[in-house]
Amino acid sequence: MTSKLMGQGVQRVEDQRFLRGQGRYVDDVAVEQDVLHAAVLRSPHAHARVLDIDVSDVLDVEGVHLVYTYEDLTGPMAEPLPLLIPHPALTEGRTQYALAKDEVNYVGEAIAFVVAEDRYIAEDAVSKIRVQYEFLPAVVGVDAARAATDLVHADVPGNIAAKLEQNVGDAVAAIAAAPHKLELELTIERSACTPMEGRGTVARWDRDLNRLQLWTSTQSSTGVRAAVAVKMGLDLGQVDVITPDVGGGFGVKINHPWPEELLVPLAARVLGRTVKFTEDRREHFISSAHERGQVQHIEVGFDDDGRLLGLNVEFWHDHGAYIPYGLIVPIITSTQLLGPYKPQNYRVYFESLYTNTVMVTPYRGAGRPQGCYAMERTMDAIAKYLGKDRAEVRAVNFIQPDEFPFDQGLIFQDGRELEYDSGDYPASLEKIKALVGWDEFPAFKAEMAAEGRRVGIGLACYVEGTGVGPYEGAHVHIETTGKVKVATGLTTQGQGHATVFAQLVADELGVKFEDVEVVTGDTRRMPYAVGTFASRAAVMSGSAIHLAAKRAKEKALKIAGEALEADPADLEIVDGVVSVKGSPGSSIDLGTVSVLSNPLRYAFDEASKAATQFSVGDPGKPPVPEDEEPGLEGRDFYSPERATFASGMHAVIVETDPDTAEITILKYAVVHDCGNLINPMIVEGQIHGGVAQGIGGALYERMAYDESGQLLNASFMDFLMPYVTEVPDGIDIDHLETPSPLNPLGIKGAGEAGVIPSAAVFAAAIEDAEAPYVPGLVITAMPISPSELYALRHSQGLENS
Amino acid sequence: MKPAPFDYRRPGTLAEAVASLAGEPNAKVLAGGQSLVPLLSMRLAAPSLLVDINGISGLDRIEVCEQQGVDGVRVGALARHAAVLASPDVRRVQPLVPMALAHVAHATIRNRGTTVGSLVHADAAAEMPVVLTLLGGHLEVEGPAGRRTIHADDLYIGPLESALSHDEIAVAAFFPALAPGAGVGFEEIARRHGDYALVGAAALVDGDSVKVGYLSVSDVPTVVDLSGVADADLGEAALEKLEPMSDIHATAAYRSQLVRVLTERVVRSVRKAA
Repeated sequence: MTSKLMGQGVQRVEDQRFLRGQGRYVDDVAVEQDVLHAAVLRSPHAHARVLDIDVSDVLDVEGVHLVYTYEDLTGPMAEPLPLLIPHPALTEGRTQYALAKDEVNYVGEAIAFVVAEDRYIAEDAVSKIRVQYEFLPAVVGVDAARAATDLVHADVPGNIAAKLEQNVGDAVAAIAAAPHKLELELTIERSACTPMEGRGTVARWDRDLNRLQLWTSTQSSTGVRAAVAVKMGLDLGQVDVITPDVGGGFGVKINHPWPEELLVPLAARVLGRTVKFTEDRREHFISSAHERGQVQHIEVGFDDDGRLLGLNVEFWHDHGAYIPYGLIVPIITSTQLLGPYKPQNYRVYFESLYTNTVMVTPYRGAGRPQGCYAMERTMDAIAKYLGKDRAEVRAVNFIQPDEFPFDQGLIFQDGRELEYDSGDYPASLEKIKALVGWDEFPAFKAEMAAEGRRVGIGLACYVEGTGVGPYEGAHVHIETTGKVKVATGLTTQGQGHATVFAQLVADELGVKFEDVEVVTGDTRRMPYAVGTFASRAAVMSGSAIHLAAKRAKEKALKIAGEALEADPADLEIVDGVVSVKGSPGSSIDLGTVSVLSNPLRYAFDEASKAATQFSVGDPGKPPVPEDEEPGLEGRDFYSPERATFASGMHAVIVETDPDTAEITILKYAVVHDCGNLINPMIVEGQIHGGVAQGIGGALYERMAYDESGQLLNASFMDFLMPYVTEVPDGIDIDHLETPSPLNPLGIKGAGEAGVIPSAAVFAAAIEDAEAPYVPGLVITAMPISPSELYALRHSQGLENS
Repeated sequence: MKPAPFDYRRPGTLAEAVASLAGEPNAKVLAGGQSLVPLLSMRLAAPSLLVDINGISGLDRIEVCEQQGVDGVRVGALARHAAVLASPDVRRVQPLVPMALAHVAHATIRNRGTTVGSLVHADAAAEMPVVLTLLGGHLEVEGPAGRRTIHADDLYIGPLESALSHDEIAVAAFFPALAPGAGVGFEEIARRHGDYALVGAAALVDGDSVKVGYLSVSDVPTVVDLSGVADADLGEAALEKLEPMSDIHATAAYRSQLVRVLTERVVRSVRKAA
């Protein structure tokens, strides 16, 4: 019997291609062909009325094929882009137009679209478009948005798109009655996904077939397909969307359709030529999406043990100039903030605010890093106030293992109850304490102090709702060669889906891993799908693939049973061969079963003769039995009632330089529970990547907007994404596996976890390192740079000395 | 991120290169291209003509020689940072050059970028202009009127502005040798490995003479004479001559602190090595 691949660190099948430069990304599509290239004129101003656009100079540029401004758009194309996720509280939702109509609201907003022989000519042409602006005051940052002295959208009072409040019990009263109370005021700044590959779209209109083919670097092929069909007035059946290799998404590519995803196919249809848009780095910084910016006010009441009695959180979420992705990010912050804790009484209120900056859509973690930051800074503050161990204060607030399923009493981002399915937080805490050396740390700290070195430790816990609905589907096809072709509709941006999904199929079908080939994100192969976000691919498509493989297997056993004159229950499949258990002589390979599954009139090779009409079948019955279909295939969908909740804890030991305030990571430890592991190597890779991104968000990256709304660091020279040299050599990882009861594999998502606790855990560790030297130093704003830590030492240190 | 249109010439001789520049006030010389090409791609520079000197033979030479009565090392205009960094001659004659080069960007950039190119790009955040200034080196420049020498003290006029005229090509740089008994050191602090420094300091200590050059502190590479200053006062004495700037990565107050720390650190490193 083949040993099970579930749980094995199988090498990624993708890496042979990726490491040899054989990946095929959108920009690699149609390179041999006579492709036209697009470039976009983007607003250089954060807020202005567009009085006039003069494209007359462009029309004379040799090699220019087409110039569009808003005036050229008609019908649905001239309407605002979709508000993808409506919510009753989102009363003032505004989305941009594919090309600016009358007004621009951030630096980078698309104004005109040029298609030319090559990108050089297209950019030359863009530089010749003359626009007259009437400047309007720019609203930059949460404070300016709240002050509402100026408005981003004249018809949105207070710059408020939405206000949302949720209550469990009576937090205000509980805090008033609590023996101890604290208040915290926290801020967290913007960062962004910054995948290696930016956005990109290629479109070809096929006049012979009267249909559109679109390649795009997206996290939702089916979403783009639906949006493009609606905007172009096409039937869904006329639009194919293919997502080739994607060089990272991290959330930014779940938003759709981008203006270029509509304008490229429009131009391709009008010109009858293949048209390509490949975003450059500066464009990605100023015209895709950012995340994370919030200001938070927290009031908490607790008892002598640090047990929460009431928690009242208000926060202000900067969502940028438009809000196409709705309230998903602040809803996640407001609900996932609770982490593994029972707040007893909880009130959360947020306002989602417009600013004249790039819009905000989910970035890995999607609001959770901010929520974790609020909650974990609160736990640290309680511990400090009571003089208690930070781990102990957390432990007294944990939901206990026998309390699952645990209903937090809130409505989650998917419109369903926030009900945790499983977990074991006390066990995780024991593991993380052991892994980081929590109990031994005070001795280490004293030892370092004797050498004049400052070290500190931080701990942060989180719970992450993963695998949200509505559904994913899968199609498993066993070919007559015995090879297995698997299709699922969600997309892949480097996670290793082709590996883990093949592991699941190999296990369920009893075929060789090498014989399974997985296709994702191609609407021709699986037109029903949602997308890759919210750590959902393994849970959703993994489960669907498992179910589809089961169906294919049932059919294979039935057909093989007839061929072998055996009861299907007595059959097993090993390495692609069906045999009667205990009598290995009686067997048939899956390829032959596939041949038999499709009754033939015409033979096309030696093997297929076995399926022709004089060779097989009972003449008294229809060749394809009732309720059956020809072909050895299985198709199924997985649609869970609600999300499954992964969890974890991070701890970090940092050193801060007494002179230069440089921050060095000495040890980073992660305990992670994503239920049953399909491939521990891939899960650990996800954690490594997440931690690296989290280090970026906590210590290096920020979007440096000036008050006029110019992004001052829109390049990798000044936007300090960490290099491998800034990430610790080793990240210590331990797994806990509490299976989810919600899906057949017992799995939970793992994609985002690594990034969630970063701001919280670094703030805690740095504060701890400084505490003996700068009493009262409190970190309330993240990220933090050495320059800022130095400033804190002086401002807060002097205040508190 | 595609450059605006420009003409391109790749002459085979220095004379042709100089001739190409004549009458083209907006021409630029292309050597390693590690600063110029990104500027072109971002359309922050739009020269009418690029004169690519990579086809001129002999410009990549690194040689120990004497110039104007001083021993030193001469680095040709096409010598890549990596070659200079790896040169045993350079390391022996003037160890400050490899000390500083190790901080210049990343290996891939050093493989293509040239030391002379970095010197004429005149970025006050770059390492090599400070090194040349501190050591009192010079640049050999070829123009329509023939060859001339520009001393480092006269080379840097303002941010990204050197004393070369538009029709001149830097042919080589000369770094004076380390005098017997003298010592050098280099320290910098950057946000990330290979980034431009927040502050960098190069030191030259020769007997009672203590000089420290700073990068990323002022508009131009700045050398401060700290001879006779007590070790404990080095940082403050340097700050009296400097006016550190604020930017998105560091406040002026923090840069001042780094000047204090690095000045003391770099002088100590020289004394320790001696």
